[in-house]
Amino acid sequence: MDNALRELYQEVILDHSRHPRHHGVLEDASHKAEGYNPLCGDRVTVYLKLGEDNRVSDIKFVGKGCAISQASASMMTDMLKGRTAAEADRLMTGFLHLVKGEDASNLLEDDRERLEVMGGISEFPMRVKCATLAWHTYKNAVEEGAT
Amino acid sequence: MTAQSKIAASFDAESARGDFEILSRTVYGKPLVYLDSGASAQKPRVVLDTMRDFAQSDYANVHRGVHFLSAAATDRYEAARRTVQKFLNAAREDEIVFTKGGTEAINLVSYSYLAPRIQPGDEIVLTVMEHHSNIVPWHFLRERQGAVLRWVDVRDDGSLDIEALDAAITPKTKLVAVTHMSNVLGTITPLKEIVARAHAKGVPVLADGCQGAVHEAVDVQALDIDFYAITGHKLYGPTGIGALYAKRTHLRAMQPFNGGGEMIREVAKERITYADPPARFEAGTPPIIESIGLATALDYLSSFDRKAVAAHEHDLLAYAREQVSQFNWLKVIGDAPGKGAILSFEAEGMHAHDLATILDREGVAVRAGHHCAQPLMERFGVTSTSRASFALYNTRADVDALIAGLHKARGILV
Repeated sequence: MDNALRELYQEVILDHSRHPRHHGVLEDASHKAEGYNPLCGDRVTVYLKLGEDNRVSDIKFVGKGCAISQASASMMTDMLKGRTAAEADRLMTGFLHLVKGEDASNLLEDDRERLEVMGGISEFPMRVKCATLAWHTYKNAVEEGAT
Repeated sequence: MTAQSKIAASFDAESARGDFEILSRTVYGKPLVYLDSGASAQKPRVVLDTMRDFAQSDYANVHRGVHFLSAAATDRYEAARRTVQKFLNAAREDEIVFTKGGTEAINLVSYSYLAPRIQPGDEIVLTVMEHHSNIVPWHFLRERQGAVLRWVDVRDDGSLDIEALDAAITPKTKLVAVTHMSNVLGTITPLKEIVARAHAKGVPVLADGCQGAVHEAVDVQALDIDFYAITGHKLYGPTGIGALYAKRTHLRAMQPFNGGGEMIREVAKERITYADPPARFEAGTPPIIESIGLATALDYLSSFDRKAVAAHEHDLLAYAREQVSQFNWLKVIGDAPGKGAILSFEAEGMHAHDLATILDREGVAVRAGHHCAQPLMERFGVTSTSRASFALYNTRADVDALIAGLHKARGILV
């Protein structure tokens, strides 16, 4: 298999897409938003429970779409839980850079290591939007999604 | 040798491939296997050469100047119209309106023909397998004028139930808008029968021929159809050009859609009169070079025995269908009898986009998504499918590459 494909569909990513973490509806969500990519039909709904400083005290998602969009959503929920809005912003900015193959050195060392598996997407510009859908949806939920 | 392959033998796809330079390129180091002609077909050398030659030697604006080149360009532009007329077997050349594509052709009918005739509650009959370009213009009339869209379902195999369509035509129906060939299912609709049923109730019919005209020879007179839309780029021609065939009586009764140069007879400060069709509907400088390209593409296509080309494409479809029928993890969507050479499917555990990405790295170009046919996706309970569409330049080796790519994708994703 060619290396770029192996990078893209790493076992970690396939595992997240087959067994998404934090999957389901968060009944007592304080914020929620729906993301939709009209080009490919990927859908994701992000549910949040935000505390002080908009800290993500709980997060869940439901969605339907390609392996990349679903794996990205799953990884995102894993990583956002417990973070304040400022920390989440830093993470998101770094992630957006990473998947576009840009400098992601603002990420904390530990975060960068965890997100590295998504770096292979930068070789597939047509798929970047699949990876970023969940993150943009999270952002929408925080900014405009108070329930 | 089967009867079908005997017919196919009179069309030499290998030789035709030589007319398309792009087919010899590689993608990610693999030979290109282009199975997305349903989205847009590649262009033969003769089309590209003729467009360049025209631009280099005979180009000027049309219907404007008295100078030599303007006359030469006008001659070529009007000759292109006659080529389209002949291609569709229209009775008269002034029944052909050049548009920028199939979408604009359908919008022209919506704005200029149907909109002035719609009262709240009037109905437009269409099928669930229409492309958005044959849905959205009618939605406009629903939103703005209170028209009612009457949807005709397809059977589970993707075929159209003519009785269901007939039943949907009521005294309130103002138009039947139906595809000639579904861009997802490949289903060919029985246009002649549809027109006969609709006309029996006094209702005109528009066909979206963007796929259908590529697949088989069209005779608008034999069909007795009112409107037939085509687009150039799926017919091996350039983008930016298409055409609407409309019966002369309809065109003469239609008000213009776009206003501008070339479509008027006389303009004064308080008064305006319009040119006769087709000029009435061709405001502004038209796609002149593209019209020459389209005519060349139609001549190219007509240089083959169209039945032999269709048989060749059917052979590829049947070959592909047979191969995938062995995969219990793959579900074909659309198996209507006599369908055109389009294979849409869902593969278990593989989203269409992941599959298309992996196939792409093998050089195999397929379409993945909703194919601008969301009502149809809803009908079949899917959000997206993968689609391989076959053109005259495809071969069984292309199908083999697709099948090998499917195996590979399954190895990675499942």
